[in-house]
Amino acid sequence: MIDTPAVPTGELVLSLRGVSKNFGAVSALTDIDLDVHAGEVVALVGDNGAGKSTLVKILAGVHQPSSGAISFQGKQVVLADPSAALTLGIATVFQDLALCENLDIVANIFLGRELNPLRLDEVAMEVRAWTLLNELSARIPSVREVVASLSGGQRQTVAIARSLLLEPKLILLDEPTAALGVAQTAEVLNLIERVRDRGLGVVIISHNMEDVRAVADRIVVLRLGRNNGIFTPDASNQELVSAITGASNNSVSRRAERRQARPDHTQEPHS
Amino acid sequence: MSLEAQKPAPAPLDRADVRVRHEAGIGGTIRAFSDRVRSGDLGSLPVVVGLVIIWTVFASINPIFLSSSNLVNLLFDCSTVGVIALGIVCVLMVGEIDLSVGSISGFASALVGSLWVNQGWPVALAILAAVAVGGSIGALYALLFNRLGMPSFVSTLAGLLAVLGLQLYILGSTGSINLPYGSNLVNFGQLLVMPKWVSFGLAAVPGIVMLVTGLRTVARRRAANLSAPSSGGLITRAVAITLVLEVIVFYLNQARGIPWMFGLFVGLAIAMHYALTRTKWGRSMSAVGGNREAARRAGINVGLIYSSAFVLCSMLAAFGGVLSAARLASASQQAGTGDVNLNAIAAAVIGGTSLFGGRGSAYSALLGIIVIQSIASGLTLLDLSSSLRYMITGAVLAIAVIVDSLARRSRVSHGRA
Repeated sequence: MIDTPAVPTGELVLSLRGVSKNFGAVSALTDIDLDVHAGEVVALVGDNGAGKSTLVKILAGVHQPSSGAISFQGKQVVLADPSAALTLGIATVFQDLALCENLDIVANIFLGRELNPLRLDEVAMEVRAWTLLNELSARIPSVREVVASLSGGQRQTVAIARSLLLEPKLILLDEPTAALGVAQTAEVLNLIERVRDRGLGVVIISHNMEDVRAVADRIVVLRLGRNNGIFTPDASNQELVSAITGASNNSVSRRAERRQARPDHTQEPHS
Repeated sequence: MSLEAQKPAPAPLDRADVRVRHEAGIGGTIRAFSDRVRSGDLGSLPVVVGLVIIWTVFASINPIFLSSSNLVNLLFDCSTVGVIALGIVCVLMVGEIDLSVGSISGFASALVGSLWVNQGWPVALAILAAVAVGGSIGALYALLFNRLGMPSFVSTLAGLLAVLGLQLYILGSTGSINLPYGSNLVNFGQLLVMPKWVSFGLAAVPGIVMLVTGLRTVARRRAANLSAPSSGGLITRAVAITLVLEVIVFYLNQARGIPWMFGLFVGLAIAMHYALTRTKWGRSMSAVGGNREAARRAGINVGLIYSSAFVLCSMLAAFGGVLSAARLASASQQAGTGDVNLNAIAAAVIGGTSLFGGRGSAYSALLGIIVIQSIASGLTLLDLSSSLRYMITGAVLAIAVIVDSLARRSRVSHGRA
């Protein structure tokens, strides 16, 4: 490929070899290879329809691959349903967060995994919730507040804290910054770095190249359901865009050229 | 050195954020309460206000209304529809509805009459059979809902007619079955009241339980470095509740006393409250009512939760029907028809259970049914025709739903929905 990033030092957490997924006549994914190491943030980028969300759903156990092998921590695994992925240690933060607005933060973090089912242990759950949120340096006023009263960034924090509850080895984040403002986006990116520093593998899907560059250790490009290059975050925008769109002469580069040609835009073009 | 000693103790885990105002003391409690109400989190406030208005109006028109003997009768009448309303709370929690609870209750009373009086079954077995049949109707609704995606509104509307048909079929041409006077079931529904010492003893239980569990929670929270309410406030609340309950019991004991049937209803309400608030099942019910998809992704078996709500609702409806048969000493074609359905639903909603799912409490059935029965009893004392009674009950239901909708809108705009 264009760049050959240094092999990360952490233990190999997840490894995909030749994973394909067909929906009837449509091949959503073809021969996908992907490695994620402990303490590494891998960004998954690609245009609409490139197969990013399908890949995440396969890893979350929502879809099953048509062919190919998934190994987790060196062992070959089958992710038959979402709970199988959860028990292995693969946690997913979905794009829409999937929180219950009418329940408080503690209830949301422990939803489906409450301590002491016949006599809920609220004190232990509240302590654990505070511990998780503090580890993420979250700014949450009260864990007894219903989720409806939280801001977008705070909700994202709660969703991430929930994914950390089962002490996963790998976290999948689907568009974690799509709906967020500038400050909240920065918060979430900080959060991702803290999660990485705890030694977890992180896979992040994003359309925002700036965010991807800011946190990712490696950038994996998918195009039309196939691997189309692995980049380091210092790869140029031109390289990334041409890998994503599949051509060096594309609408993004043409637009950049036009802007560069204008006399008042002499500086580096934005994407 | 001295500076070090003056350093305050580390803030509790949940009080570290300086931006949040934490209310303390009596003034703080009142302020927090008014904040909550203004943001649309009304709780049981509307029902308490409504009750005060209704009681004041009726008592000023006819002083007999607040006499202890009338209130004892009121409690007898509350228990039957109240048990049905408890079931309604269950289905409303998951955001569904059961419109056939009236028919199911009538069907169950007919079944008990037929099996016990006509077929000679033991009464306990007949009741068990009626409740089981009720539960299977709920299981059918759950099946239609989970497998075929049939809206509960439609399936239970169909059930309303179909089950009413079953009731009429069982009762046959005679149209009613009289339950024998003097039997235990009829005595339970009409006469049996608690001995005075039992009622005074039971009235002390809530305060004691509140105090003991409250103090234990305070100790555990302190040990876990969380903020805890003051023990003083806890003791005050427990004493206040005990006093209020004992006064009520004393007043009712001036007449016949507390009906055992009402005791059974309150017991069921307490059990339901515990199940809804302190168990994983109850948490799952709220989650499914609040955001079904989120609950599913959290690994909750959503279909099972819906099934449990429908089955529990139908079983409680059937049991309520048995109690009303005992109250009336008969199983007739009229049982469970007319306003039973709407009274049960209205009770749950008036008490503060949201029609939109995810919010509710078992106690709303208890408070709501007292409001509904107070209206019925007051209007009966005024000797008004049932036409007026229907109109007024309908208006109260409409007001309750309006309050629910407005409160919901206010919660949304205050970020609390």
